[in-house]
Amino acid sequence: MKFVGVTACPTGIAHSAMAAEALETKAKEMGHEIEIEIHGASGAEFVDPQVIRDADAIIIASDATVSERNRFDGKPTVEVRLREAMDKPGEVIERAMRAAEKGAAGAATDAAAQEEAEDEAVPTDMGGTGWGAEVRRWLMTGVSYMIPFVVAGGILIALAFALGGAVQVTETDVYKDFTIPAMIFKIGSTAFGMLVPILAGFIAYAMADRPGIAPGVVGGLIANEIGAGFLGGIVAGLLAGAVIILLKKIKLPGGFGRLMPILVYPLVGCLVVGALMITVLGQPIAALTTGLQNWLGSLEGANSILLGIILGSMMAFDMGGPVNKAAYAFAIAGLAGGAFGPMAAVMAAGMTPPLALALATAVRGKLFTPAEQRAGQANWVMGASFITEGAIPFAAADPLRVIPSMMVGSAITASLSLAFGATLRAPHGGIFVIGLIGNWPLYLLAIAIGTVVSAALVILAKGIGRDTKGEAAAS
Amino acid sequence: MSGISIDDITSANLVALDMEAGDQWAAIDALADLLDADGRLTDRDSYVQAVYAREKDTGGTAMGMGIAIPHAKSSGVRTAGVAFGRPKAPLAYGEEEADLIFMIAAPEGEHNLHVKVLQQLARRLMHESFREGLREASTPEEVVDLMRAQIST
Repeated sequence: MKFVGVTACPTGIAHSAMAAEALETKAKEMGHEIEIEIHGASGAEFVDPQVIRDADAIIIASDATVSERNRFDGKPTVEVRLREAMDKPGEVIERAMRAAEKGAAGAATDAAAQEEAEDEAVPTDMGGTGWGAEVRRWLMTGVSYMIPFVVAGGILIALAFALGGAVQVTETDVYKDFTIPAMIFKIGSTAFGMLVPILAGFIAYAMADRPGIAPGVVGGLIANEIGAGFLGGIVAGLLAGAVIILLKKIKLPGGFGRLMPILVYPLVGCLVVGALMITVLGQPIAALTTGLQNWLGSLEGANSILLGIILGSMMAFDMGGPVNKAAYAFAIAGLAGGAFGPMAAVMAAGMTPPLALALATAVRGKLFTPAEQRAGQANWVMGASFITEGAIPFAAADPLRVIPSMMVGSAITASLSLAFGATLRAPHGGIFVIGLIGNWPLYLLAIAIGTVVSAALVILAKGIGRDTKGEAAAS
Repeated sequence: MSGISIDDITSANLVALDMEAGDQWAAIDALADLLDADGRLTDRDSYVQAVYAREKDTGGTAMGMGIAIPHAKSSGVRTAGVAFGRPKAPLAYGEEEADLIFMIAAPEGEHNLHVKVLQQLARRLMHESFREGLREASTPEEVVDLMRAQIST
């Protein structure tokens, strides 16, 4: 990562210099870049504003007032006493890393970043430095803005299911036949409609600052339309961020230069991202969905264990993306044709990812960020209600560890559900349609087994590639 | 780099090994005397008062590792200097103990080149090898040589 450090003492000679040395030495040792300005009463030699813009976080180690602090407005900031920087530079840098990761996400006021940084329960999980860490920071930023939509949408939908029945609320048009549950469902599903746009918009924001938001959100909305799911949203966000970063490299003189942020970034950004999403991503995804559906159709009558593995893994792979949708559509087709086993299997497989993440955050909270821990508890409700989207924040923040773990548990659950002969005569509803589930005790067992497997796997996976040294130092 | 070297800010005259001092205040007084005798102060009392004030306002300048850096920018300083005192045994210094005492005198005014050298010196104190060298040095000249070796000019 890149940091800017400020060390300040009344004279700017002794302790501020010592703290600067401690931070610099430690940062280098940890593989980070840091540029430090030493402040005294008579001022300081300020670092280049570009260096501040590029920095992931600001470290202020001070026993005095720091002049012109507004240069750091909006950056994740960690503030400590000089003594802390001298005695425990490693801890201070780790706090800055966490602030960068999450502070970049939240409204990165000093206070917020500080609060985040002080949350000692957060593990330092950088998964290395350089590109990997950078991409992870972008994803985390997008996810942190998305989580409130997931929580609001998921719980409102679950509430609507509980009050009005899962099938009734999904089939009621609230603007024609007003009922309270239908209204709650409408609000929840509207919030869910924003998951992917917000994810994409704020991934782009993390990469390219404010100009990234518009093309990111537009790309995310198109990802929704083409059914690309949250993985499509990640693509849209990265694309939007990259396009804006490239546009920012074009320097035009005078009046034209001023037009760039007002006109060119939003216009060209949205156009390029939207066009790429529609032409490059849209067609293949449509083809993929159809292809998967046809392929699944050809599997009808196949070994139920195998079918379960396939349907279960597909449900957990992209949680609302084309692969998930193909599996779900296969089950719906079965429902229409009188085959109720696949529907049961698909719903169970869609319930396990959020349940597994709720379980994992409950037993090993330290492996997750505070935001994830809070979202994790909402996942009990979402999992029980077959709202797989609850798992998306976790999958989007750390896809390589989370998605495979979820797929294995869901595959096991779906296979068991089919093997147990469980059936379901409704397209949705989770625990609220338990009356429509055939062989429900074993069905619940299948869900429980998959949940435990996925939770165990994700806990194991989160331990891989983690800087355990950093964790020990932080605790 | 700057044309200012360690020899501009200190000399063997400003090094006191086996310094006799009962506490931090006595050490500050003794080192102030060295700076004054070396002609670096115009007003010893106002400088020492500034150093005392610095000690009292932010919890003392002892920062662990056996180091204390009493210091002040003061109009009582003519030219920047650093005096080094090493008491026979670590002495109580605020809430810490210190056996390597660097007393820095800096003139009022802007961020000048002397300050850069002083900053560099302070930075080097974070490195254990430098501290050990200072503890083992047997003559004032050796101390100045060690400092010279640490400062790139």
